[in-house]
Amino acid sequence: MSSFEGLDVISISDFSKEDVMRVLKTAKGMVPMATGRKPDRSLEGKIMSALFFEPSTRTRLSFESAMKRLGGGVLGFAQPEGTSIMKGETLADTVRMVDAYSDVVVIRHPHEGAARLAADFASKPVINAGDGAGQHPTQTLLDLYTIWEGLGKLDGVNIALVGDLKYGRTVHSLTTALSMFRTNLSFVAPPSLQMPRELIDQVKEKGLPLKMTHDIRDVINDVDVLYVTRIQKERFPDPQEYAKVAGTYRIDIPLLRDVKKNLMIMHPLPRVDEIAAEVDETPYARYFQQALNGVSVRMALLSLILGGTK
Amino acid sequence: MRELRVQPIKNGTVIDHIPSGMALKVLKILGISGNVASTVTVAMHVASAKMKWKDIVKVEDRELNPREVDKICLIAPSATVNVIRNYNVAEKRRVSLPERAVGILKCGNPNCITNQKEPVETVFLVSSKTPLLLRCRYCDRMLEDVAAAIV
Repeated sequence: MSSFEGLDVISISDFSKEDVMRVLKTAKGMVPMATGRKPDRSLEGKIMSALFFEPSTRTRLSFESAMKRLGGGVLGFAQPEGTSIMKGETLADTVRMVDAYSDVVVIRHPHEGAARLAADFASKPVINAGDGAGQHPTQTLLDLYTIWEGLGKLDGVNIALVGDLKYGRTVHSLTTALSMFRTNLSFVAPPSLQMPRELIDQVKEKGLPLKMTHDIRDVINDVDVLYVTRIQKERFPDPQEYAKVAGTYRIDIPLLRDVKKNLMIMHPLPRVDEIAAEVDETPYARYFQQALNGVSVRMALLSLILGGTK
Repeated sequence: MRELRVQPIKNGTVIDHIPSGMALKVLKILGISGNVASTVTVAMHVASAKMKWKDIVKVEDRELNPREVDKICLIAPSATVNVIRNYNVAEKRRVSLPERAVGILKCGNPNCITNQKEPVETVFLVSSKTPLLLRCRYCDRMLEDVAAAIV
């Protein structure tokens, strides 16, 4: 995609390396406006529909903040209760309707492929804000932004993805995106929750170095980025087995004793207990910054798509 | 005198060079069960110079529509479809795998939007021809059992 204007953002696979860099650089330029230090009215008169068919805190609020910081308006719903969807309206019809009311449609839906379907029925651009266990491209872009902003580069970065790599959608999209760059990846997970074969093959096809282990201590002192995800209890039939596994992936101060000085610990949030609260006070903790970056990255996308940034 | 195992047909379709063992799946695709109005002949495990063993299906008084031919292609890419009119081969078609399979497969992912009550046809993109690998355009999942997913 050479120009973003009018484009749908459905999957990170639709982006080239150049597209990703364009978004990240635009996002950097958005920081003064995203933090309210500088006003921006470039999307004044434009309306964003936010269709949230399942609950979300960070994604929804950061999209709304992003649109309002650019001077635009927002309409939509935060859950389907009370809308005509509960009366059995199809997603296709809902999308046709909001397409007429707004200039861009942001959708979060419990079913995989919902955003692609929405894009088929909408004449306006559609942004996927998460579809079931499928794609969540704006999360991936803000993850990439956090790494790029923190280390000044993406090529050559050592990154360990930790936790539930089998079911976690953020780590799947992130793996696809990181494979575009010359990154050194490590997948750290219990064998039953390792990365799906398809994604491992994708990394290998690119000829990128890949390490797979179940022991975080194998990699923790060598990496620049530790991307931690939650291991969900319901993935384990035996609660004792869960307790055993979850405990070994808990990041605490003693585990960080010999890590690189500029290590970045990231997490898509919400976290439960996979990162001890004491880690929040260390310079390694970047997960709250990562969540804040969501606003500038989403501002960049809205601006590029709606023609606020040429 | 050698007796012909399968007789020529007057009008209809002969699907030849079906990989051995796939004839019954071809019948399923064509919706042929016990209740038929014209003769259907099925030959399985027939010697073939080209394929060693093959299956053949002859359906009298019926010509296939393009969608049926596309479906056959998914399970029998080597097949040829001959349209017979008045004992002559009126058309000889090799099936060819399309770039995308539209409306002929059901996505195996129960949580895919195409398995909800939405007014869309499924679309699968061919990501590899041999072996045949198909990816759902909507949910991005690879289809695991192509033959079982044909609708």
